Amino acid sequence: MINTEAKLNSKIFDMGEIEMAATRDGFGEGLLIAAEENSNVVALSADVASSCRCNLLAEKFPERFFQVGISEQNLVGVAAGLAMSGKIPFIAAYAVFSPGRNWEQIRTMICYNDANVKVVGHHTGLLTGYDGATHQALEDIALMRILPNMKVIVPADAIEAQKAALLAAKISGPVYIRLAREKTPVFTTNETPFIPGKAEIFWESKKPQVLIIGCGPILHNALLAADDLGKEKIGTIVLNNHTIKPLDENKIVALAKKCGAVVSVEEHNIFGGLGSAISEVLVKNFPTPMEFIGSRDIFGESGKPEELFKKYGLGVKDIKEAVKRVIKKRSL
Amino acid sequence: MEILHENKLKFLEEIANTLRQDVIEMIVAAGSGHPAGALGMADIFSAFYFHILNHDLKNPNWVDRDRLILSNGHICPIQYAALARAGYFPIEELKTLRKLGSRLQGHPYRKALPGIETSSGPLGEGLSQAIGIALAARLDNKKHRTYCIMSDGEQDCGNIWEAVMLAAKYRLSNLTAVIDRNNIQSDGFTESIMPLESLREKYESFNWHVLEVDGHNIEEFVDAINEAKAIFEKPLVVIAHTIAGKGVDFMEFDFRWHAHSIDKIQAHEALSQLRTLNGKIISDD
Repeated sequence: MINTEAKLNSKIFDMGEIEMAATRDGFGEGLLIAAEENSNVVALSADVASSCRCNLLAEKFPERFFQVGISEQNLVGVAAGLAMSGKIPFIAAYAVFSPGRNWEQIRTMICYNDANVKVVGHHTGLLTGYDGATHQALEDIALMRILPNMKVIVPADAIEAQKAALLAAKISGPVYIRLAREKTPVFTTNETPFIPGKAEIFWESKKPQVLIIGCGPILHNALLAADDLGKEKIGTIVLNNHTIKPLDENKIVALAKKCGAVVSVEEHNIFGGLGSAISEVLVKNFPTPMEFIGSRDIFGESGKPEELFKKYGLGVKDIKEAVKRVIKKRSL
Repeated sequence: MEILHENKLKFLEEIANTLRQDVIEMIVAAGSGHPAGALGMADIFSAFYFHILNHDLKNPNWVDRDRLILSNGHICPIQYAALARAGYFPIEELKTLRKLGSRLQGHPYRKALPGIETSSGPLGEGLSQAIGIALAARLDNKKHRTYCIMSDGEQDCGNIWEAVMLAAKYRLSNLTAVIDRNNIQSDGFTESIMPLESLREKYESFNWHVLEVDGHNIEEFVDAINEAKAIFEKPLVVIAHTIAGKGVDFMEFDFRWHAHSIDKIQAHEALSQLRTLNGKIISDD
């Protein structure tokens, strides 16, 4: 059942009633508040400022917004320079281009320099929908989590995205925030705990057999799956692992010990993302059978997000099946 | 910047010669490195660290300091030598170049060494960072200047032209770029690898103010830097024509010395040439 301490939206399973908003919208609001709180916060975009929701900051503080045009490599360098002069730059662009196209610039100028830049990757995952494979970033978590000094945060809804923007401004050093284009359920609340590096239990059955660890808006599918499974007497724990790096290793290992099997759920290639990060920790500390929900090393295509989720194995049904598969591999 | 009197000019030329000797000794000790570009830029580094820059050795992070961004980080031995001779760190430390645990990394590491503004080495990235620093200065109403040294070879990088456009867009007159036009890069001569000419017209058409100087004429270079301060509408680039490997006859104009180790015999010959100004002074050696 829902963990009441997580203070989730009471309409969490009421798909007709629950508010829908994109994580990018929450980010834009958070960025504006961060800019109001700290005059060093600035934003840069590469010809996608309104799509990436930098427009709120740009309208209120035009002198603190820099439009660099379609130049993602330059975007990183300019931000690094601003950071080395004490500014707190947020760079917002589509993730396939930033941190995709400009990965080495991020590696050298942000991470190696340890520059206080916040990289905000928009239009990630299959939620990017109609634009098709070229614009659906399914690799960005991997690209960012392998860089020293970089922290990686994946908000699950618009409220978490707002919190992530505010907290990133306060974290000293590089941060990557992963966002999505499409509106998705706002299932957390302002009171839901959100501490970078600390995973939160959102669902816990009395006798959990499987630990479902997810991040991003797809976490809502994991909760729907847990609810359905509960009705079938299959107990689970659903962990909101919004911070991929640093990973909440202690909690993941402790809960894996409690459940004996794990399913990772992410809107990312199953190679290199959340699932990989978890398996690295578990193999070292408590080898646990795992199933991986994510894109299976293939590119997406154009379509409605829900159609894509179904076709590429990211739906509620797919998560439920993965849970049932992994139960058979449990040794406990 | 103080006026460049004749005695100061002579002093800067002597410093440049000393820096060249340091570069040879460092690369010999390291067993690898990039001598040609480093030697070619000795006069300009002498001018920057001993005359042009408003900086404070005792407080390398002084907020009002002028910033010198080295984009083509592989010529760092010349910057390390200049920083050490200026007093940023002990001269003896120059011998640690490229050695395990050294602050003098093979390519500059910002967090390791005082006086290094940005980590560099991957080409084409310095100008973007210099723009960020110049924009921050403008936001904060600071009067310091930002200089960015680039190589000619790295003008191949698309990142540079993204930055060139942006600096013009924001009319960054507090930013001055310097291009080491030595006509060589790793694989050969610039005009055969990827023709850059007319480099001047390229920058002019991107709305930059362009000056061309003899990069071994310190007086001319200092004049150009001063002229930059009088240009208020545009960023300025000084195309400094230099001789790769300057001061060592068997390295001059030869792209093979872009990245090459120096053996002890070559080093002896190179140092002898530098110490005697290529035979103009009788050596005690």
